Amino acid sequence: MLVCEMDDKGSLAAYLGRASLGFEPVEVSPGVFAMAMNTEDSLREYIRLFLRVPVIGSLTPLARIFDFVANAAPAVKEILAVGKLCYEVRERHYDVVIVDSEASGHFVAQVSAPDALATLVRIGIVADQTKWMSDLLHDPAVSTVLAVVTPEEMPVVETIELRTRLSQATPIDFAGVIVNRMPDSIVDSSVLAAARADASLGMTSEVAEWLVARREAAETQAKRLADAFELGNIETIAEARATGQPAMSPVVTTDHVVGELQRVLREHQ
Amino acid sequence: MTTAQGMDARVAELLRDSKMIIVCGPGGVGKTTSAAALGVVTATHFAKRVLVLTVDPAKRLATALGLEAIGNVEVAVPLPGAQGTLTMAMIDTKTSWDDMIRRHAPDAATRDRVLGNDLYKTLTSRFVHSHDYVVTERLFDARESGNFDVVIVDTPPSRSALSVLDAPRRMQQFFGSRLIKLLTAPTQSRLLSIASRPFFIVADRILGAAFLSDIAEFFTLFRTMETPIVARARRVESLLSDPATSYLVVTSAEPVAMNEAGFLVQELRQRKHRLEAVLANRIMPRRLADDATRRAEALESSTDPTRQRLAVAEREIASIADAESHALDRIQEWGADLLLSESRGGDITDTASLLTLGEAIRRR
Repeated sequence: MLVCEMDDKGSLAAYLGRASLGFEPVEVSPGVFAMAMNTEDSLREYIRLFLRVPVIGSLTPLARIFDFVANAAPAVKEILAVGKLCYEVRERHYDVVIVDSEASGHFVAQVSAPDALATLVRIGIVADQTKWMSDLLHDPAVSTVLAVVTPEEMPVVETIELRTRLSQATPIDFAGVIVNRMPDSIVDSSVLAAARADASLGMTSEVAEWLVARREAAETQAKRLADAFELGNIETIAEARATGQPAMSPVVTTDHVVGELQRVLREHQ
Repeated sequence: MTTAQGMDARVAELLRDSKMIIVCGPGGVGKTTSAAALGVVTATHFAKRVLVLTVDPAKRLATALGLEAIGNVEVAVPLPGAQGTLTMAMIDTKTSWDDMIRRHAPDAATRDRVLGNDLYKTLTSRFVHSHDYVVTERLFDARESGNFDVVIVDTPPSRSALSVLDAPRRMQQFFGSRLIKLLTAPTQSRLLSIASRPFFIVADRILGAAFLSDIAEFFTLFRTMETPIVARARRVESLLSDPATSYLVVTSAEPVAMNEAGFLVQELRQRKHRLEAVLANRIMPRRLADDATRRAEALESSTDPTRQRLAVAEREIASIADAESHALDRIQEWGADLLLSESRGGDITDTASLLTLGEAIRRR
């Protein structure tokens, strides 16, 4: 399996307990490879694999072409990122390729880049290349989009809008949505009522109120998402809690999320 | 220290003295809401005309501000009893580009040919990176117009904010680059120029000659606007490093968000931008945590199941507070002023809740 972080901000590396990740995939645990996208490296690889153009031997023309690619034709920059991943899928180098995409606005542009470019470039190597990428991306047996969202106002609204925008931009399959970082229900309504009724508890009842408000706000957002996606039940991943630790390391969070995902899978069996 | 309005003195000073506040931060930490809250507070407590420019189409925020929708056009936000005025606008890439072309085109024919060019249409409507430069154009416009005393800018998340800030420079470099000269050279001289031949062999093979000539046409037209666009980009660039332009980095206390925020702080400093403060958002109200451990211990001594449960709640609060205070200590090591915004529980539903949120921001 290959997992790739698109915007190279180093979060994936942190969650996998690595100092950094590069374009060259590294095996982070048995069978799991991780990489960070870099469009310049992607172009270099592309040229090496597909265009046997002699002038590429020296570095200067490549830098100039990259300058061209990045500035004059932004679509090409997106296609280099998407193309690299589609290539890994097409060549079956991995069973699964998981992409940690960019923020939702960028994501739509990225995933629809082959379609957009096909309307611009009608002949040439890029034109030939966009066709097979689109085919892979549009095939629901091959590619799908999974939205992960925290149960908060703005991300939820953005996710609902994302599906609409995505369907307008490209016919890619949308698998569904998972709510991440759902706060635990520590205090239920009967405990809250008891806390309110007992004047001797003082600040404790405010603590209970705060935890209940936090949980309820999250539930409201999860419900809104479930309604928008017409899901009776929405899968949630509980918020990782820093029990007894001052600062939770990202790796601990990863273990927690793995545990939660295994629970979700068991519940579905 | 608080002001007459009950606001933190440091926050009041920031809002009083800045002509532009650029809000940056990782995604999902409440950046847009913070920018809006600062806008509401400034317009309420100071006799200033405030503009909040956002790049995110946040419908819910529009509702909270009592607006139908925030569009590319500036919309006045009703603020009862405010000393100043508040205006909101969202940046629509396509419209902003069109405005820019209309402004800089040397004549009507060039304008129409650019606006009708297929490549131009695709670039400006479909590709995010085309957003970057027009964002800076828009904020420059807002300052230049003289219609506003303070402009608060909500930037796109994380590193995208940096590509926005770097855009005016890149625009100048682009016009000066050999690339655009190559692209816009007449076809004849291209064929003759031995130096540029390898470039075109590769470019032709990758992109196809038809696309290249589309590009060439577009950039030839675009080049006719070089002088005004470059002159403006230079002024936009100097506005971004003006001493009256303040930068605020918003983060949550979550480790990965903090790493990203720390990176932004570093990058802003490297660009010599004036980093005013880091705002830690959605921090648990401090007063809940004071003494939580002691209360938990007292509750744990009871055999009553309700009290046992409440003890768990107190422990949870203590643990959140502990994690947060370590996170805040780390942020303080970055050496910028640290502002805190507490999570009130409950949604931001109107300007009153934005005001409450903004007024409670204080220095740690």
